[in-house]
Amino acid sequence: MKVETETRGIRTGMTGNAAVAYAVKQADVDVIAAYPITPQTVMVEKLAEYVNNGELNAAFVPVESEHSALSTCVGASLAGARVFTATASQGLALMYEILWIAAGLRTTIVMGIGNRALSPNINIHCSHDDAYAARDTGWIEFFAENVQEAYDLTLQAFKVSEDKRVLFPSMVNLDGFILTHSLEALNVLRDEEVREFLPPKEPVNPIDPDNPMTYGPLDLQDYYIEHRRQQAEHFRMSYPRIVEILNEYSEFTGRRYSPIKTYMLDDAEIGIMVLGSSAGTVRYTVSKLREKGVKAGVISLTLYRPFPVDEVREHIKGLKVLAIMDRSYSFGSPGAQLFMDVATSLYNVKERPLLFNVIYGLGGRDLTPDQVELVVNKALEVAREGEVRETQIWVGVRE
Amino acid sequence: MARWSSWKELPIGNILPTPGSSAEYKTGGWRALKPILHKEKCIKCLLCWAQCPEPAIDRLDDDSVKINYDYCKGCGICAAVCPVKAIEMVMEE
Amino acid sequence: MSEVKLIKTIKEIPREELFAPGHRLCAGCGIPILVRMVLKAIPGPKVVVTATGCLEVATTIFPYTSWKVPWVHSAFENAAATASGIEAAMKVIERKRGGKKAKVIAFGGDGGTFDIGLQALSGALERGHDMIYICYDNEAYMNTGIQRSSATPTGASTTTSPAGKVIPGKLERKKDLIGIAIAHGVEYAATLNPAYPVDMYNKIVKAASVEGPTVLHYYTPCPTGWYFDTSRTIEISRLAVQTRLWPLYEYDHGVYRINIVVKKPKPLEEYLKTQGRFRHLLRPENKWVLEKLKESIEEQWNRLVKLAQMSGQKIY
Repeated sequence: MKVETETRGIRTGMTGNAAVAYAVKQADVDVIAAYPITPQTVMVEKLAEYVNNGELNAAFVPVESEHSALSTCVGASLAGARVFTATASQGLALMYEILWIAAGLRTTIVMGIGNRALSPNINIHCSHDDAYAARDTGWIEFFAENVQEAYDLTLQAFKVSEDKRVLFPSMVNLDGFILTHSLEALNVLRDEEVREFLPPKEPVNPIDPDNPMTYGPLDLQDYYIEHRRQQAEHFRMSYPRIVEILNEYSEFTGRRYSPIKTYMLDDAEIGIMVLGSSAGTVRYTVSKLREKGVKAGVISLTLYRPFPVDEVREHIKGLKVLAIMDRSYSFGSPGAQLFMDVATSLYNVKERPLLFNVIYGLGGRDLTPDQVELVVNKALEVAREGEVRETQIWVGVRE
Repeated sequence: MARWSSWKELPIGNILPTPGSSAEYKTGGWRALKPILHKEKCIKCLLCWAQCPEPAIDRLDDDSVKINYDYCKGCGICAAVCPVKAIEMVMEE
Repeated sequence: MSEVKLIKTIKEIPREELFAPGHRLCAGCGIPILVRMVLKAIPGPKVVVTATGCLEVATTIFPYTSWKVPWVHSAFENAAATASGIEAAMKVIERKRGGKKAKVIAFGGDGGTFDIGLQALSGALERGHDMIYICYDNEAYMNTGIQRSSATPTGASTTTSPAGKVIPGKLERKKDLIGIAIAHGVEYAATLNPAYPVDMYNKIVKAASVEGPTVLHYYTPCPTGWYFDTSRTIEISRLAVQTRLWPLYEYDHGVYRINIVVKKPKPLEEYLKTQGRFRHLLRPENKWVLEKLKESIEEQWNRLVKLAQMSGQKIY
């Protein structure tokens, strides 16, 4: 039974993979080129079903590797098509070389990632290694916290990437198995509503035999740095446009989207920053601890790249301690990836909280309220002592 | 030669919207030997035109040929393939 | 296969040049001879994809480009995959909202085709994209400084298979690209050689007229990597055919046809002595490698003759 609720759309139940695939179908994509890898497979299988049943008029290109998947998408995007692909973990790692090229050539590819740990050992469950590995490449990165967000962000990603003031490819990250395979309730827009929000792609400089251009020439020392500078500036300037489109979608659907979400942060002394599905667990634990008088709050990121520097600086005001949770690890670095992003953003700010890094959930290890409570207690300890003795702790590990 | 001097002026996305612009780069300066066409011997077979790598041999309306010294690298293929030896390679000045 | 307009003389080759001079390919390079011919032989709108390599690097040094058709380069091993994407997109866009179609042409060197690009090529051929894949084979990774590839012929000296005191050059055999293409079920595949321009032109026309993937394998001498005087490019190309080292043949919808039947092959030494990369093979202590090369040439020729005879060609 389809039920209408306060926010726009029809109430239904879907897994993360199915929701993303449904959004892609509604976006009337032209080309899909993807290679199977757990936990993304169902996303791609559903799309193949839509195409073969005539529900989606698109070319489904069953490529022979992820590297070819993204290369095929690059070609298709340059030819003016609306393009989608999906992968995870090893697949994203295999595509790595082309990620830079897809961004530098200003393709508008949207890619769904079922976040999965990187080998060794081979593990099909959730970590954010794969998404973080792409953080330098010039892709816009969104993180979905639940299936509703996975659906909504996919639609927004197309609009963001194809916007003439943006023109960068984007990734929609959803936790492997936790979101990709979990059935949750969500509101899906009607086809005509999607069409209203997301008009067809108007390609910029597409391949045109009547207007021949050279795409991807060679740069010597006299042009490379200028090309990079241009891309850097454009990527930086895409940030306000992204916020604009998130706001537009929020208006359109009644579901609020912004680069950062906060929970009970106003008078908080302790902050926990997290992204992905664990945000829910952290909020739950914090709400319980609030009942006991602990002044804790949660910051979760929906937009990871371009990193919302100003918003982070804004929201940490008043915090004594901020615990930054990373579901990944960066060997030999002064902290894991999100920690480094935040620490760098806050370094030059006069009044800032003490920071420490929490490594959790690797390879699908569950984040439990116990572990979150441990993190809060650690933060309280740091607040009491006024210094960070252990910059990085691991939770949920059998020591 | 910097066609665009600031990163702000560069075409977006690393592309080059100037088809055939390599013609602005005259490779004629590369050669040590130079082909001289003896027109009276030419039988208009067009082999030199077909097999010049640059191309630095223009095919005229009447199917005679003219060497384009702006680009000729002096490889000598034209002289080597001409069936009547109508092209002679001489030292460049 | 749609109507094809074959030619008999060079004069019939179209005049228009879609490839501009001013590129930085070496004097005497055989690659642009191919490119000019391809752009003339294939009618209508075209899109070219090129793998990283000599052709890509020397013809598109920003802000100069020799290409007067849309041209795309993404990476080294993915010319066939990038071309697949362009082909798929153009088909879909035309179907959904009307758009411009163009023939997709992919160029890859022997490195970018035989080695690192083989997987992408295999995938593209299996999926049946409408494109013509042309490998320009200078028999080594020339752009990066003459390293061996799986297309380097037995005995050749390259920087990673040098003619040393213990191991005299590359000992492995050359891969059979046309055979690989045929194994994927392509409708047309052929070898090309710049010393036979009319044959070359006609094969490009035939390949391009197929609606589906086709593979062409072009022989190109490299003065820089093979060590010979730049004027001898065509002479050496002809010798390659006349010693049976480079058979000119085509596979056309199940029929094998040898286009130049070399009844009395010239001795291989005549070909080898033109190039510095084979000089060591003429020394007595390396005779065994020379014999290996001769054996493989004979085996390849005999196999092709049998295939052509089975297809109905009257040879001998």
